[in-house]
Amino acid sequence: MAKTQADASPDALDMAWFWDRIAQGVVFLGGISAIVFIGGIFIFVFKEGFGFIFQDMDVVEFFTSPAWRPTSDNNPTYGTLALLLGTASVTGFAVLMAVPLSLGAAIYIAEFAGPRARELWKILIELLAAIPSVVWGFIGLSIMNPLIIELFDVPVGLNILNAGVILGLMAAPIMTTIAEDALKAVPDTYREAAEAQGATRWQVIWRVILPASRNGLMAAVLLGVGRGFGETMAVLMASGHSINIPGSPFDSVRALTATIAAELGETAQGSEHYQALFTLGILLFAVTFVINLTADLVVRGIRKQS
Amino acid sequence: MSAEAPAPSGGPSMFAATARNIQNQRVMTAVKSLFLGMTLLLSTPVVVILGVLLYKGLPAISWEFLTADPINGMTAGGVFPALFGTVCIVIVALVASVPVGVAAALYLSEYASDNWFTRLINLAIINLAGVPSIVHALFGVGAFVLFFGFGTSILAASLTLAVMTLPVVIVSTRESLQAVPMAFREACWNMGATRWQTIRKVVLPNAISGILTGIILEVSRTAGETAPIMFTGAAFFLPFLPQSVYDQTMALSLHLFVVSTQVPGVPDELPYGVALVLIGMVLVMNSVSIAFRVYLRRRKKW
Repeated sequence: MAKTQADASPDALDMAWFWDRIAQGVVFLGGISAIVFIGGIFIFVFKEGFGFIFQDMDVVEFFTSPAWRPTSDNNPTYGTLALLLGTASVTGFAVLMAVPLSLGAAIYIAEFAGPRARELWKILIELLAAIPSVVWGFIGLSIMNPLIIELFDVPVGLNILNAGVILGLMAAPIMTTIAEDALKAVPDTYREAAEAQGATRWQVIWRVILPASRNGLMAAVLLGVGRGFGETMAVLMASGHSINIPGSPFDSVRALTATIAAELGETAQGSEHYQALFTLGILLFAVTFVINLTADLVVRGIRKQS
Repeated sequence: MSAEAPAPSGGPSMFAATARNIQNQRVMTAVKSLFLGMTLLLSTPVVVILGVLLYKGLPAISWEFLTADPINGMTAGGVFPALFGTVCIVIVALVASVPVGVAAALYLSEYASDNWFTRLINLAIINLAGVPSIVHALFGVGAFVLFFGFGTSILAASLTLAVMTLPVVIVSTRESLQAVPMAFREACWNMGATRWQTIRKVVLPNAISGILTGIILEVSRTAGETAPIMFTGAAFFLPFLPQSVYDQTMALSLHLFVVSTQVPGVPDELPYGVALVLIGMVLVMNSVSIAFRVYLRRRKKW
């Protein structure tokens, strides 16, 4: 050791440690980038929506009125109830469809499929998760739409059912992946102990694995909900985009995200309407933040237990 | 209840299946088929849909479709400006996000200890990945288009996408860094190397292929996004190629949205063709990334 130190000139050694300090600083800046950007998102979206929140917004109207009429000449109203219910109905439908199917698929892939089959399923699911949302929207528009009109004999096929199915298919790969990870995280000794007692595979899953991976599965569902809630292009194209209080799965609705995407291009920067759209953005940001935080706390719950 | 199973050697044996065993086995088989059915129910529609896209879109695709400009108000012609624009946006986004993402992963994997600050960073990464894409678009408008004054341009669109896809780079890079055995680092430190020398000469070279896999994944993600670029740099129709990063451009994903919803009188196969080009690009990128990963795992010696 001492020889190496002596061989290198003191300058070279100093330089090495100098670069080490520089690198540490640069890497640290990269490390905090995610925090900086999350803060930046909040600040910049808030900055643009600020004027509306503190001057023009009627909080009661904002949350309880179904009338979103920002372009009305004499009396523009900014009620988000219909948009909230639109988002909720589509996301709810998607979650109802995707949760049982993805959990079932995750259990099959993690517990029943052989090692080779498992790899292949996981690759398929990864590919499904990669399909861009605008392509999903296009599928809703051009394939699902005529299919729903044909099957259910309704005049319009762009509705909650369409957007819900599309969103469910989109969210399912993510939920399946996270749920499968949660199941795999249960130590093999649990399985071995139960099987040594004579339990069948299903008994092991039902009595041992599922209770042990409860939190991870819950996180998977939450992240799926978050994905559905924040999805924009697919919902914009498949939901029909008309302001309605949803009454049946065949009603067209409009989502919060889709409203921003459809209207932002037509507003003058700094106008009341423009600021109201940024306020919707703050609302979306806040809700997904809470969902992600909850999912993280739930997952942390398992780590503490084990 | 089913009848007693015949014991293998005539008389009852302690290894013979009891009625209870047989019933349990049946339940298990039923449950297994149920779950297999659910898995198929999730994957078949998608495979069918891809088949339909392929069937309807393939006739539209030709060399000319990929290299010609859209004409007649986007109802005919090709997608070249959109394809070129998407490539530009992806390249600029990569240049912006890869160094930051790799630095962040290096910090988390090589420097950070397990404390509240690291947890905060991880929470920020999860949130960055979970924020809706349209909120990223609003951020891009507020920050890059207006505050930094880039206007609606490739630069603004790419930076918005770079922030959005940062978690993809960070997470995959961190994973490949952590896969490098600790012993490699310890051996290097023992020779008197600094932390940075160790990272540059030992950790990064051993993790580089895993990092590349993550970057390919990011390319696929960036190419497919629509909402974040709608208001930050992608134009509905602009039959010129961009001259600098301060120009607007067409993009494939937005082009699909436009031809399928905004333009009247588009022939049926045109949007299918655009969708097929987009999804082809994304799936090829993903397959390359997966193949690369499988190959690396096979070759791994430690």
